[in-house]
This record gives sequence, structure tokens and C-alpha cells, in this order.
Amino acid sequence: MHTTQLEQYQGKVAYKRATSEPPWVRWTLIGIALVFLALFLLIPLAAVFAEALRKGWGVYLAAITEADALSAMKLTLIASLVSVPLNLVFGVAAAWAITKFDFRGKSFLITLIDLPFAVSPVIAGLIFVLIFGLQGWFGEWLIDHDYKVVFAVPGIILATIFITFPFVARELIPLMQAQGKEEEEAALVLGASGWKMLWHVTLPNVKWGLIYGVILTNARAMGEFGAVSVVSGHIRGMTNTMPLHVEILYNEYNYAAAFAVASLLTLLALVTLVLKTYVEWRASHDAAIQEKEVTV
Amino acid sequence: MTTRKKHLLPGFGLSLGYTLVYLSLIVLIPLAAVFLRTTELSFSEFWAIVTTPRVLATYRLTFGASLLAAVINLVFGLLTAWVLVRYQFFGKKILDALVDLPFALPTAVAGISLTAIYAPNGWLGQWLEPHGIKVAFTPLGVVVALTFIGLPFVVRTVQPVLEDFSTELEEAAASLGANRWQTFFKVILPAIWPALLTGFSLSFARAVGEYGSVIFIAGNMPMISEITPLMIITKLEQYDYAGATAIAVVMLVISFALLLLINLLQWWSSHRHGGK
Repeated sequence: MHTTQLEQYQGKVAYKRATSEPPWVRWTLIGIALVFLALFLLIPLAAVFAEALRKGWGVYLAAITEADALSAMKLTLIASLVSVPLNLVFGVAAAWAITKFDFRGKSFLITLIDLPFAVSPVIAGLIFVLIFGLQGWFGEWLIDHDYKVVFAVPGIILATIFITFPFVARELIPLMQAQGKEEEEAALVLGASGWKMLWHVTLPNVKWGLIYGVILTNARAMGEFGAVSVVSGHIRGMTNTMPLHVEILYNEYNYAAAFAVASLLTLLALVTLVLKTYVEWRASHDAAIQEKEVTV
Repeated sequence: MTTRKKHLLPGFGLSLGYTLVYLSLIVLIPLAAVFLRTTELSFSEFWAIVTTPRVLATYRLTFGASLLAAVINLVFGLLTAWVLVRYQFFGKKILDALVDLPFALPTAVAGISLTAIYAPNGWLGQWLEPHGIKVAFTPLGVVVALTFIGLPFVVRTVQPVLEDFSTELEEAAASLGANRWQTFFKVILPAIWPALLTGFSLSFARAVGEYGSVIFIAGNMPMISEITPLMIITKLEQYDYAGATAIAVVMLVISFALLLLINLLQWWSSHRHGGK
């Protein structure tokens, strides 16, 4: 059989047509997606900075260096610095138990770990008010001992821990599941202690998943609004986190200042996205290298 | 059945024990508190609280707007995932990364930004207002905020499935005489359907509980633009703990049912997907 060049060319066109869309469809779809993303992502993003700088850099700088703004930043940092490590340790422990051992009720446990994702932030705040608030279970005991949880920093930290509870565990569980347990078993056979194995084998293997989880946890911890708003009591300079400070300024019609503080949170979100993309890229890069090594 | 194999790896007791204690202290016991507190109410009291007209109006708005937003995200999320996986165009990588913005941006920031855009003098509001379309401070604004919040879910659940979808199936369909539409509806769509539904339910579940982004744009008028989470806050501010708790229980039960549904869908999705 002899095929002419023309027939070959026609064959190629027919093949292309069968598994891809004509250009006008392609560009229409791309166009719709771009308009949708611009409307819901790019414009809101741009609006934050435009509103923040509407009254000039002087007002902007004043708004973000004012005493209440600074103390809000400090509290946001504290809440994140406490909740991220706690949930990190929990995530590693939970992923270790779930992925390296078999036990009954495992999938139920995974569902329970996911619970905070299903709970409205407002309810996440409410539960701590019900326990530690004035009318709560420990309310009187706390007053007797002159210790405040609700409308104080501990309540804010508790609510933040609850909201960001599943992130690290969720990232680690599928990753460690996929990696199996051969490497750890090898380390033990070679005489490593349990902690040594964790430190030198397990954690380096899930490094990127771990960092990924921490980035997500931190972003959510610093940005949480609903849960924190319920337990905070909105005491300026005392129990205000950055998102709550934004709300207060906004409700006082101090839009420029509200958006100035909001722009810092937006920058944090953008940094989070950049880090996240970088970590995803590194993780797939490392996986590709490992695959190469295995095949060699 | 209990042929217990000795664990070679250490730390089972420690890690599981720690997991259970931490889970109980942070999540389970506090959540149980909500349910226990409602037992202080009689059933008729409970029912009266959760079915007042004002509260019923909040359910309608919360679930109606969440459903609408999830449908918008279903359609445009699928389209976005398709475009990101199948086509090449300038700026694609950046857009792909930006899809996660609603996960990373604090909800309060999203709320004030969307309000500024859609307010009568805002960038988009000034063009919509003359046509009689009011977005900010109306239920429509609630839909806009919830669409923003739920945007990444459908894209991120459908994207990996589309990436893995083998084009051989499409080629087979085409060689059997299917046109592009038929291939999409009869070959591609059934394959991504479980992922699509999972993304839809995740987006819906997230929208139902959302608070921060909505309260700024909603206007929060009783009977018109109040969402259920705001109702809980309102009751708390009036020191009506029983009322707040009762409404919270209704929301929790619905959220847990949704979580169960999502887990079933994901299980279905992974079996469908993995079994290929």
C-alpha cells in the first residue's frame, strides 16, 4: 500500500479534529474561563490594593503602623505560631498511626479528623463559648480562678486550632499511604531507634507534603474570621486579630485603613500561593528524580 | 478473623493515643457540648426556636444561595478545569495558581473587596446599577460571595481526573464515529462525573457555613438577606445561648449529612477512577 503525502496530511487533520475542538470553540471556552476568573479573582484582588491606596501612601502607611493595627498583627502572629506547631505534631502522629498500621475504625477516624472542615466557623467559635463562656461548663470555675478564655487570647487560639485542625493530617495521610513502610522497616532492621527513623527517614520523605500542610494551616490561621470573631469580644488592642481589625475599621467607615490592613492579608495570601506553587513544583520534581533513580 | 500480626514499626500506641486525645479535646468534646446544651431545651422549645419565620428565611437564603453558587461553580469550574488541562495560552500557569486564591485569602478581605466592587459606585456596581441590577446588600450579593468562596473546589477535583483521562478513549470514540459533542457527553463526562459531583458538594458544604465573606456584602436585613450563621451570632450577642445553640445544632446535623455524602462520593470517585 502506498499512501500519498496528501492522504497522510488528510489523515492527520481528521485525527486532530476527532480529539480536539475547532479553534473557535477553543478560544470561546478560553475566553469564558478568562472572564469568569477575572470577574471573581483578578478584579477582587486588584480592588483591595486600589482601595487601600485611594488616599495615598501616607494614609496607607499610617493605617498599618498605627498601634491597634500593630497589636492586631502581633495577636495574629501569636495565634498562628501556637496553632501551626500543635496541628503539625498532631498531623504527623495521626498520619503515622493511620498509614503505617491497620486497625478497626480507621476510615471513621479519618472522617472525624475532617469534621472541622464541615463545621461553620461561627459554630467553631460558639462551641468554645459554650464551654468556657460565662454561662459555660467551666465558666464559674474560670471566674473563681481569675482566668479568661473567651473574649481573651486563649479562646482565639483554641478557635484557630479547631479551624486549622485537619490541614496537615490531610496532606500527610495520602502521601504516607503511597510511600508504604519498607523504608522505615529497613531503617529499624539496620538498628535505628524509632525517633531516629522518624527524623531521618519518615519526615524527609514527606518533607514537601509537610511544608505544604504548614503553609495552608498558616494561611487559614492568620486569616480566620468567623470563629475568632465569636470568641474575641473585639477588644481593641487586646483581642483583635488582623481580620477583626479590618472589620472594625470597615464598620467605622474608615475604608482606606480597612483596605490597607486587608492589603497586608492579601499579600500574605499571594505569598502563600507562590510558596504553594513552588512546593508543588519541587515535590513533582523530586518525585520525577526518584523515579529516574529507580528505573536506572 | 483476629490474626494479629505483630507490628514491626514502633509508636502505634503513642501516635494513635495522642491522635485520639487531641482529637477529643479539640474537636469531639467541644462539638458534643453543642448537642448536650440543646438537651436543656424541651423538644417543643427547640422546634419553636428553629422554625420562627426569621430563622426559616435564613435557611432559605443560606441553602438557596449556596446551591446557586455551587451550580455556577459546577459549570464554570468544569469549564475552567477543561481550559487549564487541555489548552495552551499566555498566562495559564499564573491563572492556575490563582484559582486557589479563595482558599488563601481571608474571608473578611474577600467580603469587603467584593462589596467595594459591587457597591452602587463600585467598579462593576456602577455599570449594573443603571440596569436595575443590585448586587451589594441584596441576596444576589450573597450568591456572588459564595461563588467566590467555592470557586476552587470543582476546578481542583476535576482537574486531576481530566489530566489522567486517557485520550485513547476519546480517539476510540472518534474512530467509532462520535462527534466531539457525543464524545464529551458520552465518554468524558461519565468519567469525570463523580469528581464533578464531589467538587459540587464540597463547594456547597463550604458555602452553607460561610460567614466572613457574606456579612459585608449581604446587607443583613432580617427576612431578606440574613444568613443562618449570622443568626447564630445575633442570638449570641443578645446572650440567647439556648437559641444560638439550637440553630447551631440544625446546621451541624445538615453539615454532617453533607460530609457523609461527600465521603461516599469520594469513595465512589476513587473506585471509579482507580478501577480503570
